[in-house]
Amino acid sequence: MSRRQPPEKQEPPVQRVRIHYAKRGPLRFTSHRDFARALERALRRAHIPMAYSSGFNPHPRVSYLSAAPTGVASEAEYAELALRETVDPEWLVAALDKALPPGLDVCDGVIARVGGFADRLEVSSWRVELEGVSEEELTRAVQAFLAAEAVQVTRLTKKGNREFDARHAVAHAAATSVAGVAGPGYAILDLVVRQMTPAVRPDDVLSGLTLVADLEPPVPPRVTRLAQGPLTETGGIDDPLKADRNAAGPDGGSEVARPSAEHHEISAGG
Amino acid sequence: MVMSVTSVYPQLEKLLPQVGKPIQYVGGELGAVVKDWDEVSVRWALMYPDAYEVGIPNQGVQILYEVLNERVDALAERTYAVWPDLEALMREHKVPQFTVDAHRPVGAFDAFGVSFATEMGYTNLLTALDLADIPLTASERDDDHPIVVAGGHAAFNPEPIAQFIDAAVLGDGEEAVGEITDIIRDWKAEGRPGGRDQLLERLARTESIYVPRFYDVDYLSDGRIQRVVPNRSGVPFRVHKRTTMDLDAWPYPKKPLVPLAESVHERYAVEIFRGCTRGCRFCQAGMITRPVRERSIDTVGEMVQKGIETSGFNEVGLLSLSSADHSEIGDICSGLADRYEGENVSLSLPSTRVDAFNVDLANELSRNGRRSGLTFAPEGGSERIRRVINKMVSEEDLIRTVVTAYGNGWRQVKLYFMCGLPTETDEDIVGIARMAHEVIRAGRAASGKKDIRCTVSIGGFVPKPHTPFQWCGQTDPETVDRRLRLLKEAINAEKSLGRAIGFRFHDGRPSLIEGLLSRGDRRVSAVIKRVWEEGGRFDGWSEHFSYDRWKTAAEEELGALGLSLSWFTTRDRDEHEVLPWDHLDSGLDKEWLWADWQDAIDEVELDDCRWTPCFDCGVCPAMDTEIQVGPTGKKLLPLSVVSQPPGGGTESIPLVNSTEGEHR
Repeated sequence: MSRRQPPEKQEPPVQRVRIHYAKRGPLRFTSHRDFARALERALRRAHIPMAYSSGFNPHPRVSYLSAAPTGVASEAEYAELALRETVDPEWLVAALDKALPPGLDVCDGVIARVGGFADRLEVSSWRVELEGVSEEELTRAVQAFLAAEAVQVTRLTKKGNREFDARHAVAHAAATSVAGVAGPGYAILDLVVRQMTPAVRPDDVLSGLTLVADLEPPVPPRVTRLAQGPLTETGGIDDPLKADRNAAGPDGGSEVARPSAEHHEISAGG
Repeated sequence: MVMSVTSVYPQLEKLLPQVGKPIQYVGGELGAVVKDWDEVSVRWALMYPDAYEVGIPNQGVQILYEVLNERVDALAERTYAVWPDLEALMREHKVPQFTVDAHRPVGAFDAFGVSFATEMGYTNLLTALDLADIPLTASERDDDHPIVVAGGHAAFNPEPIAQFIDAAVLGDGEEAVGEITDIIRDWKAEGRPGGRDQLLERLARTESIYVPRFYDVDYLSDGRIQRVVPNRSGVPFRVHKRTTMDLDAWPYPKKPLVPLAESVHERYAVEIFRGCTRGCRFCQAGMITRPVRERSIDTVGEMVQKGIETSGFNEVGLLSLSSADHSEIGDICSGLADRYEGENVSLSLPSTRVDAFNVDLANELSRNGRRSGLTFAPEGGSERIRRVINKMVSEEDLIRTVVTAYGNGWRQVKLYFMCGLPTETDEDIVGIARMAHEVIRAGRAASGKKDIRCTVSIGGFVPKPHTPFQWCGQTDPETVDRRLRLLKEAINAEKSLGRAIGFRFHDGRPSLIEGLLSRGDRRVSAVIKRVWEEGGRFDGWSEHFSYDRWKTAAEEELGALGLSLSWFTTRDRDEHEVLPWDHLDSGLDKEWLWADWQDAIDEVELDDCRWTPCFDCGVCPAMDTEIQVGPTGKKLLPLSVVSQPPGGGTESIPLVNSTEGEHR
């Protein structure tokens, strides 16, 4: 009886496209695994010519970068797709967005040309909406937090309770007034947080506010990631895809770069 | 009274950050439909009474959902059991049971259809009714409450939940759901004459919808049923099951639901035929879904093509009660394998019999892919017990089959058996160990390898209504557990072989409760309600199931009536006892079932009527149906390339396949 064949070795990718996508409305409750599974199916429905991992159980090659936590909405998520054929990124963005459910929206895509993409996602800005908290209360808490040298918070992880400093990573924190949105018993906290290890998330900063100023929101806050990218000199956040776009030159650039595999690749799904 | 049908999502949303896997409650699946409430006259809420991850792939709910939403005058939305963490928050914040499609309150719908694949979902029905603010007792509902309709295999004996439901549908739902919709629509259009009572009477007059309140049950002094009779005119003495005859005319699901959340079956499933006449005597599904009705190879091919295209799933399941029995299964498998070669789509054929031919099919489905495990179900450990249950598999068949499997590169074989079968002795169970040892010995010889494995998986046998075993006493859990210990010792008695054999089993106690709920009558409803009141939820999950809670509730509630848990479960019934489901007609002739039960005791086998003359089980003449099998002689043609990205070339991904078996 014939022995079965070993799995075919997959061709290396010929192009990588970096996509910018958003997680909106009710779909902010998708976990990272949920998103990965949905993306994998959408890639298939949209006939995107993905490169696959080798082995008996090939998966499309997708790298995810610092995904927002489950329950947090995001206007600024990024992933890199490895393709076995070259495509027009605009076509890819449109086709993939159409195949994904409304609420998982692909906003932009560029051909990867410059390394160090993960490093360019230097900071994240977050908007935290707090019901049942007044602006004064929040302002006081934020001032106490920023005044502290370090704020040791504890988070329950899979490996048990982990203690780390939540203050150091915070580049900016302020209670923001938004006309027509804020009202009595409603406050907005805007945060700019540096990408670090261990990652400091908005809920860690909120834990810090509880520690330093007894701020305890009565309702779970609603959090949105507004942007990710390099921190500019003026304290703003730049588009992390700009470097790739600029490297393409004024004509858009047609030749395909060979970007280095700069970050750990996760195969989608599980 | 006009009920509010606004979305409860704004209230629910605030609770979601506090619960596990919130995505399961937000809907938004690919294939989901939200229709305008005011544009239709009949609104259905459909429930699978288990967690979302189990309920979302359910074929029955998906089919009815799509069939109903295709109608211009109806809409259907889905709801699932909420986990206890969300249930507690919903009670605290007064959020009602909601649908995941438009988050409308279940209480606002015209009909609430609940599909029971298993009796272990009964307590979840009560949670949903209570959260929906629908009175648990059907007689306490008024014109504004939905009609609560039970379906699924458990609806063939809905007596234990008769108090909680307004109606039950026996058999195939595709056409029945349309008929109920018509009746509700007309009754509403006429201004709801006679109220709820009149609506239920119209449903009952169809003779295929069971309305429990129109039947009185009288009991004998010893607790047995004396009779079940209609308590008003125009209601039939017996209610008949529905049979959808032409599966090609009902090619659902067309637009499969693709969830964002992880579910138990991540695949596009197509039913390649319905019904089974193998005649395994323990198998309720095989008995109540007769006759065999095949879906043609062309329809199967078309459904798979569209299903994969619209869903993006990378796995296809070819479902039925015994998939390799399709008259054109070889052509279906090779045709699909050809079509999806290089497409990274895997094909699986669950529920296959012990037969070397099935290894050929599995090989075809896994041409270049991983050959991990194959599953077979000999069900019984001795020739004798297999004759009792009419599972016609010889030990030589099994050995030949597994030798073929191991020889073809399959590394693991899973074998399913049952414990607690009628007439079973310790020897029958210990025989399973001998078979497993033989499998490993033969497998090592055939593959030339030491690292092959075999897993023995044991399920507890539960006697079910409308089967030849409906009269037999269930084996008590102590005996089941003792036999399983004997089996474990016997497997490990030969260390070099035992090491290669995995042993999986559950204790016998949940099976006893399933037995109570399967063959119970209306008096069991008090037990279900009591267990639910004491916190019983998700009884199909071992981490939520409490035997002690059920046992105490059963002994106290039934004890008050002079009955007991064992009276309903381990007691043998005689030929002329009125069974709680005798007024519900599955088409099977009770005399034939009794004769088949006697054959079982006498260890006499019965052939499959597809390939031999009719044995007069009664279904075809009673239901005016017939066996519908091919072959059609057609073949699946290659697919043309559907769409190409700019600059796209040919696909170059190897086919990855897996084939797994499933039990029943």
